[in-house]
Amino acid sequence: MAALNVLNFWALLLITVSVCNGWLFENFGAYRNREADEVALWPLPQKFQTSGAAFQLSAASFQIVHAKSSTAGPSCSLLQNAFRRYFDYIFGNVRKHGINQKKVFDSELAELQVLISSSDPECDGYPSLKTDESYQLEVDTPAAVLKAANVWGALRGLETFSQLVYEDDYGAHNINKTSITDFPRFAYRGILLDSSRHYLPLKTILANLEAMAMNKFNVFHWHIVDDQSFPFLSRTFPDLSQRGAYHPYTHVYTPSDVKMVIEFARMRGIRVIAEFDTPGHTQSWGKGQADLLTPCFSGSSPTGTYGPVNPILNSTYDFMTRFFKEVSTVFPDAYIHLGGDEVDFSCWKSNPDIQKFMVQQGFGQDYRKLESYYIQRLLDIVSATNKGYIVWQEVFDNGVKLKADTQLHVWKEKPQYQDEMARITAAGFHTLLSTPWYLNRISYGQDWQGVYKADPQNFNGTTEQKKLVIGGEACLWGEYVDATNLTPRLWPRASAVGERLWSDENVKDLGSAYNRLIKHRCRMVRRGIPAEPLYLGFCPHEYDGL
Amino acid sequence: MLPTKTKLVRLVFLLFILLNEAEEAHAVWPLPQQISQSADRYLINPQLFSFGYARDSVAQSGCSVLDAAFKRYFSLVFPDFADGAGVAGFSNIWLEPKAFTVSVRVKSGGCDGYPNEESDESYNLSVSAGEAVLKAESVWGALRGLESFSQLVYQDKYDLYFVNKTEIVDFPRFKFRGLLLDTSRHYLPVNIILKTLDAMAYSKFNVFHWHIVDDPSFPYQSYNYPDLSSKGAFHPMTHIYTQSDVRRVIAHARLRGIRVIPEFDTPGHTQSWGKGQPDLLTPCYKGDVPSGTFGPVDPTLSSTYQFMSGLFKEVKSVFPDSYVHLGGDEVDFNCWKSNPNVQAFMTKMGFGGDYTKLESYYIENIVNITTALNKTPIVWQDVFDYRERIPKDTVVEIWKGVPADYQAELGRITLAGYRVLLSAPWYINHISYGQDWRNAYTVQPQNFSGTEQQKELVIGGEVCMWGEYVDATNLTPRLWPRASAAAERLWSNEEKTSSVDQAFPRLENFRCMLIRRGIQAEPLFVGYCKHEYSGL
Repeated sequence: MAALNVLNFWALLLITVSVCNGWLFENFGAYRNREADEVALWPLPQKFQTSGAAFQLSAASFQIVHAKSSTAGPSCSLLQNAFRRYFDYIFGNVRKHGINQKKVFDSELAELQVLISSSDPECDGYPSLKTDESYQLEVDTPAAVLKAANVWGALRGLETFSQLVYEDDYGAHNINKTSITDFPRFAYRGILLDSSRHYLPLKTILANLEAMAMNKFNVFHWHIVDDQSFPFLSRTFPDLSQRGAYHPYTHVYTPSDVKMVIEFARMRGIRVIAEFDTPGHTQSWGKGQADLLTPCFSGSSPTGTYGPVNPILNSTYDFMTRFFKEVSTVFPDAYIHLGGDEVDFSCWKSNPDIQKFMVQQGFGQDYRKLESYYIQRLLDIVSATNKGYIVWQEVFDNGVKLKADTQLHVWKEKPQYQDEMARITAAGFHTLLSTPWYLNRISYGQDWQGVYKADPQNFNGTTEQKKLVIGGEACLWGEYVDATNLTPRLWPRASAVGERLWSDENVKDLGSAYNRLIKHRCRMVRRGIPAEPLYLGFCPHEYDGL
Repeated sequence: MLPTKTKLVRLVFLLFILLNEAEEAHAVWPLPQQISQSADRYLINPQLFSFGYARDSVAQSGCSVLDAAFKRYFSLVFPDFADGAGVAGFSNIWLEPKAFTVSVRVKSGGCDGYPNEESDESYNLSVSAGEAVLKAESVWGALRGLESFSQLVYQDKYDLYFVNKTEIVDFPRFKFRGLLLDTSRHYLPVNIILKTLDAMAYSKFNVFHWHIVDDPSFPYQSYNYPDLSSKGAFHPMTHIYTQSDVRRVIAHARLRGIRVIPEFDTPGHTQSWGKGQPDLLTPCYKGDVPSGTFGPVDPTLSSTYQFMSGLFKEVKSVFPDSYVHLGGDEVDFNCWKSNPNVQAFMTKMGFGGDYTKLESYYIENIVNITTALNKTPIVWQDVFDYRERIPKDTVVEIWKGVPADYQAELGRITLAGYRVLLSAPWYINHISYGQDWRNAYTVQPQNFSGTEQQKELVIGGEVCMWGEYVDATNLTPRLWPRASAAAERLWSNEEKTSSVDQAFPRLENFRCMLIRRGIQAEPLFVGYCKHEYSGL
């Protein structure tokens, strides 16, 4: 039978509820209100004040509008779309046209005015690492006002506003008088999806971009190709997917698919950073690009199998130059992820041409030098396209000479990530953390708690070093994940990462987090995201997809 | 319509592929007891395909179970046809019209009953040119045979349908092949229960163990005691199973040859019952005063037994299966110990300080109630462990421990002459990283020291999906195809299915078939399905 201790659970819940109330509403002293308790903001804003005064919102008349003094207007389609999306979230797609909707309550909130202050609202731009995502939200009658420098902050504020609205027992929509000043702790808040080990249909990717916006993530790290398959349809080298994908038509991302993902993400303030990992993790590349991979040898004869990219041929670099030229135009983000992890040297070692090359170059038996040689040339190629790059930590560990703006992605469990973060930042490089956030690793129970506790700045280093941490990324590698189980496996576990990366570092009380996260997960379910439960209980509206 | 010139080209082309392509015949999951297949294969045109009743079959047109199964399996056999796309028109034009008939012969029994512990699920299937002959003792066996047939038909790379010449003799190793869903810790919408029943039939499961109520909530809407759900459910309107919901589940299961066995677990695991039934639970005391909390069912009051009698009478009328699961696990004695009335009762009954005797007393009363209703009880192993006096026809379900523990328990229970069900190794709510289906697959339910007679008392096993961390958002991918691994262990010959590595590619295939049928079954490892899951 189910071995669990129900009594313990209820005890824990009681404690957490009281902690939560005291904490959230400390500025308002004795104020307690069951309905406001229903408001569970996730991730928690930096500064938040609310009062017991509640206003009603009418589905028939409530509007989200551009403030008169806003620099953005109806021609800003990004905001127009966001207004409609958040209206739907708030009112659950139900538009009431009842005749009794005419009556106006004294305390009705008629509209939310969105005020963009910067001379360029960036309606048609792309978010970047430097993007200002801060916003201010004042909810009061007759109108609530959301202020932000540009559309990106406005998107974050709209999400918060939508989370403030709650339904009372009569199904009416209410919002309390509230004042919020908010900004992210880290500029880089990512999710990695792996579309190589299993192909992910567009629908799955788009749904997860939706869920990311609900959790204020701003980077989709698209681990688009790997050993197992090459679904990216390259216009320059169509054979890569024609031969390297699981299927050349049903399991590929066409240029218009990629465009759709990028635009869908842009509309939600999310950057799309593609990863084309080399020289390892490239088995699928070899199928469509002859001579790209190193032929492995057994003694003096080729075995017929292939290893990493062949670093000694000029043709390799010609290929990479043309390929990354295409990639740099397809993906508008200023950064590309170049991988560089887990290179197995045994095939290089077996190959007589490579042995010769090692001697020529004076590398001795140190194949890390050969890897560095390759990476160095690759980085030069990518630099020439005016892109910055992110690489996995091994590139740093192996002593490759890196441009100052290189971002190093920490993922390994050994050495301890805290030590690695300290070393990387001591060397003056920017870094982002994933080690504690490999969400593909599952276990029984509430593992979101460990995820929540990890902190990217928790290492020994100076304040200057800490500032070099640009953020982190939750990774959902694809060995055991495809469209059937991806979404419930990722959410709400990734939400725990979302709060760690957005909210103040002192927001770490597990009880408060549990209390808000169970409600936030029900909110995601209500919005059509099959986010799995944290523990037993229920949502007023259960998931009704199948 | 294609112009005539291409017609000829196409025909030649088709002949070419028919002659040259010897595709691997598709295996059946769970593996039949005996299956032999040849490379001879027959093209099937969906428009010239039919299911029919053999002349000497006792079941004929109008048989509710099989008429419904024919309709269901047509879409399962020809998924493209059901999609409204596909090659039906194409093959109609270019291929010589050749009919294919599946002729079903049922030897005995009716069509309107429910499957039960005596149901004969054996069948023989013989596939040859133009026809498949399916012979079964009962309609329930015919259902299993139809499932196997549906898995034999495959599509080549031009999406034409084929079946290879095949002979199958098949029957289940164990009579009881169950799956437990827990609708108390999270409410599961009826649709997802029905979907699970569909998937169960694909893996030849035959018992749905409905752990319908427990501590957290009481979603069963009782007509005798409506307060149980109106006060004990998560929500009295949206998070309940009405009588018609329950009837739908039972009817859906029946058509798939699946028994529905409800569990009303007492005296522990009953916190939610107390909300709608005053005085049912034991008030716990702190010193001389009630603490305001409640413990297990109060076994000292006659009102308790009147209530239980009323409830189980209702359960008998609602659930047609002759078995009922009475629970009996994890009873915490602390509250009983604290209560002065219970203490007085212990003295009066001469139980001393031994609260296991009090529990035995309670369980015996409940068992007597259900026996009087002609219901066979299933209980969790705790009841046996406490040496309670229970009727010999009681079934004991093992849920605790590592293999050494449950093997010893199998020995003890069967030595005492009770029939036993194994669940301990199949708690698939427990998840871990990697291919944990391999553990579920390698279980040996009859591997314990005991006589042949003892081994025969192992009537089967059950996959349990407890609900602490599971609801409609993640149930299906967590359940499938991991439960299918246990299904093969319960259906197939153990020696023929002893290799996990040989099972791997078959199970991969099977999971892609599940996806093709709309079941969101998760991947075993890297790779792909021709048709990926298209939902969310």
